[in-house]
Amino acid sequence: MANPLKCDLCGKPATVHLTQIINNKIHKVDLCEECAQAKGVTDPSGFSLADLLLKASLNPEPTADLIRCEQCGFTQADFKKQGRFGCPSCYEAFRGVLEPLLGNMHKGTTHVGKVPQRAVERKSLYDRLTQLQLDLDQAIKAERYEDAARVRDEIHQVKLAFEEKTAS
Amino acid sequence: MKIAPLFEAPAEVADAASGKCAIVLTTRVRLARNLVDQPFPGWAKEAQRSAMLAGSMEVMADLPAMKKALTLKVEELSDLEKQILVERHLISRELSTTKHGAGVVISRDQTTAVMINEEDHLRIQVMRPGFQLKKVWNAINALDTEAEEKLNYAFSPTLGYLTACPTNLGTGMRASAMMHLPALVMSSQMEKVVRAVSQLGMAVRGLFGEGSDASGSIFQISNQTTLGESEEEIIKRLSSVLNTIIEHELNARAKLLENDASKLFDKVGRAFGILQNGRLLTSAEAMNLLSLIRLGVDLGVFAEVRRPVVDRLFIEAQPGHIQYAARGAFDPAQRDLLRAQFLRNEFTNFGQPDFNVTGKN
Repeated sequence: MANPLKCDLCGKPATVHLTQIINNKIHKVDLCEECAQAKGVTDPSGFSLADLLLKASLNPEPTADLIRCEQCGFTQADFKKQGRFGCPSCYEAFRGVLEPLLGNMHKGTTHVGKVPQRAVERKSLYDRLTQLQLDLDQAIKAERYEDAARVRDEIHQVKLAFEEKTAS
Repeated sequence: MKIAPLFEAPAEVADAASGKCAIVLTTRVRLARNLVDQPFPGWAKEAQRSAMLAGSMEVMADLPAMKKALTLKVEELSDLEKQILVERHLISRELSTTKHGAGVVISRDQTTAVMINEEDHLRIQVMRPGFQLKKVWNAINALDTEAEEKLNYAFSPTLGYLTACPTNLGTGMRASAMMHLPALVMSSQMEKVVRAVSQLGMAVRGLFGEGSDASGSIFQISNQTTLGESEEEIIKRLSSVLNTIIEHELNARAKLLENDASKLFDKVGRAFGILQNGRLLTSAEAMNLLSLIRLGVDLGVFAEVRRPVVDRLFIEAQPGHIQYAARGAFDPAQRDLLRAQFLRNEFTNFGQPDFNVTGKN
């Protein structure tokens, strides 16, 4: 062969070729003997292509401008090191980093399972609150004070409901 | 000892099912859940972890399903107690090594355990003997809904339940079955099975999860992916994979019997002899011998009623349980002595094997 396949992890000639089909998509990994051993590909007791793909795509390319989660201070470098996030808000902050990885990691990229009712209600109240806040700003700007007063009352109501939903 | 109440009842896993489904020892489903506005346990400061532990422990212990539950803080447990909990699959190895602010709430019947501050804020698990994926899912689904009444779960409409590791996103669910596959191991077909199963997006692990060996021919089969598929779909897909593996194991058994029944029965008979008379047994050897006895029960060599006994011994022959039974800490060589003694005792009244069973199955 003119172009022998190289190991996806270290670049040595690859001798182990693994194919996994997830959601009718073919995922291929080429590894050298050593990396295959190290990653447990030859070990029947446990091997996850998802983990491997995740780590492989996390390791290379040193990125210049690192992203940081405002909520918890977790950085992209932390994510590369740990493969785990710092807090739920990290998913917003690192959306761009994560999105290209999800397709390889999972069957799909959108949740279709169970939905927790309270969390959803909370989210819709939150969205409503954001919208009302915008309405209020506009009303004040346009000097529609009656509207502003009405919106302000509504904001108060929604806030009360929100606190009720959040209290545990 | 804080975990003493666990010994009043037999471990849930020891009360196994019978018949064709005996190949599946236990079924387990776990859900990863996190709370809004709180750093994940691995990134949280000690004070945040402690607050999370205290708060969620109280909430979980208050749920009706967890009445009279055992609440345990990892830092207050001895090494031996932690080991026993791991051997009973009530906590993970990862949880047992955490230093601060981690704990577990275990239901009285040991079917339900909620780990707090493992990789995620909450890891809820429900475990039942035999092949009962749907039942287990219904039970854990109800428990999770009850917990959600009290807790603010971190959830995104597009990504589902937000978990510390993106490999658990979506449903946050791992459904698994512990399978006893001696004939596939004996006929060297396990590697083929592992490859086929992993191509279907399912993972195969040893008895104690990631990186553990497959002594006793016991394997854990679980879903690998969590996003893009509903819980019901995952469970349906896993069930069909499990059924296929059961079929292959039964075929492999039939083939072993057909080709050389005496070779197979010889293995079972020798295992019985060693368990009755051995003086030193490592836990790996004990697991392999017990595995052969369990196969013997499935083939009709021993009475059906002995299967739960073997399943109990799978757990009680583990190092932690051996030391607990002997009330002390012992080094591995002493444990092997104690283990052999314990098993000799158990097998004194086990009943003699009857090898005239060809065609009985």
